[in-house]
Amino acid sequence: MAELYVGREDEFEDRGRKVIAHGDLEIGVFFVDGGFYAYENKCVHQGGPVCQGRILNRVVEMISDDKTSQGLAWSEDDVHIVCPWHGYEFNLKTGVHPGYKNARLRPFDVKVKDGEVYVVT
Amino acid sequence: MDSGVEQTRELPQEIDTKTDTRDILARETRYQKEKGFNDWTIVDVDAHHSEMSSWREVVEYLDDPILKHYANEFQARTGGAPGLSNHMPGLRYQDAGGRIPHQTHIGEAVDDSQHHRDVTLIRRSMDAMGLDHQILFPGNLLQLGTHPQPRVEAHLALAYNRWVCERILPVDDRVKTLLYLPISEPDMCLKIIKEFGDNPNVSGFMITSVRFKPVHHNQFIPIYRELEERGLPLAFHAGLTWGDDWMKQLDLFISMHAISFVLCNIVHMTNWIIHGMQERFPKLDVIWIESGLAWLAFLMQRLDSEYLMRPSEAPLLKKLPSEYMADMYYTCQPIETSNMGLTEETFKAVKAETQLLYASDWPHWDFNPPSTIYDLPFLDEQAKRNILGENAVRLFGIDTK
Repeated sequence: MAELYVGREDEFEDRGRKVIAHGDLEIGVFFVDGGFYAYENKCVHQGGPVCQGRILNRVVEMISDDKTSQGLAWSEDDVHIVCPWHGYEFNLKTGVHPGYKNARLRPFDVKVKDGEVYVVT
Repeated sequence: MDSGVEQTRELPQEIDTKTDTRDILARETRYQKEKGFNDWTIVDVDAHHSEMSSWREVVEYLDDPILKHYANEFQARTGGAPGLSNHMPGLRYQDAGGRIPHQTHIGEAVDDSQHHRDVTLIRRSMDAMGLDHQILFPGNLLQLGTHPQPRVEAHLALAYNRWVCERILPVDDRVKTLLYLPISEPDMCLKIIKEFGDNPNVSGFMITSVRFKPVHHNQFIPIYRELEERGLPLAFHAGLTWGDDWMKQLDLFISMHAISFVLCNIVHMTNWIIHGMQERFPKLDVIWIESGLAWLAFLMQRLDSEYLMRPSEAPLLKKLPSEYMADMYYTCQPIETSNMGLTEETFKAVKAETQLLYASDWPHWDFNPPSTIYDLPFLDEQAKRNILGENAVRLFGIDTK
């Protein structure tokens, strides 16, 4: 087990990130709603640099009680990372694809000590 | 004293339209070295460049002075397609609302003023994906088969072909093309084949599948005859359209893209098979490009079933439609792998070990790097080598020395 240095805690704004490398291992560390989340920078689809994609809220469709569609909207809760190679999307807090639970990013634990952020590998 | 903390280096936070192609594809470069297939012969049978970015140059190659006048005048207009082209507004959805930046725009810095910018971008993608050879196609011109003015399609095709053969292809021996044939104007096709058929950078010719012409019609027969006599392959390159009545019912890009890229080649393949084109042109190598692979097992069984019941409607056939289909070539992209069992059966059905050709489709949003073939769990090493390169080397007679 090793701890990889990421950066200072106060360098992270909400929805901010750092993508670090240690040897061949690349990890994206994200700060979302007051919590840190870390994943390998390797998409489960075709190995793309998923952590270097755009961060966007999940798109949801609004369905009325009568089952009619009222159009699309941004989710107020779910934040996604989008792989820049092909568009696979993953929830930043769970690492899971919104429609296919078997598609999930490899997670890492994050530690904060004395204002410094580390990833545990 | 060892603190137990490992130092790291920081990577760019986000890949965007300015990111260097080699950085976008760095993971593929590294993966090939890790797995040890970076020294295999890899031939990419379908990649693209953005001819619209060079449209001012392309239209200068128009023979017709009046069309050239219109093309130049249209350049300055806002809100429409570049001069004379029928660029479809729906294509703007391809990057999924900016989520896939290499589809949005390749805006990276290029400091090589000696060669055309496209050459540098092509070389960067080839080097990053470990490609030894590449077949290059245009982008938006794949829609040109639906141009309302067949004469404009024909003249733009000739202009593009002359431009790409003069400005892009001669710079790098690794890059070849299958040149655009505007089959709405058969005489122009024959003129193009005669002008470019012996060009060392032209490996064959291509019909864009987004068009509403029955490909077996007698008016096109001289084109196929000319290609067969010259020993030049013919490709059908699929594309998207929102312009036919079936696609108009699909009001999302995902739906239209999923179906139209396949439907056009299903229609042309059905005419090609049932009208006995493989019997009439047994020595013509035919390649079906960019419809993925899942459609093939469906169409093989569907046509076999119907043919067995109605042989009188397809009297030229001497064997099953699926057997003719297995005699032709297919590019793999965009490969469907959500059900690996179906993928494996499809590979068997089309005799992938000899008939399947690797294609990246770079820089488009659903591209496949070579590792997508390397990682398939049901192929042995020789099959992977064949699909990634050896089949194309044999088909196009590529000199690998």
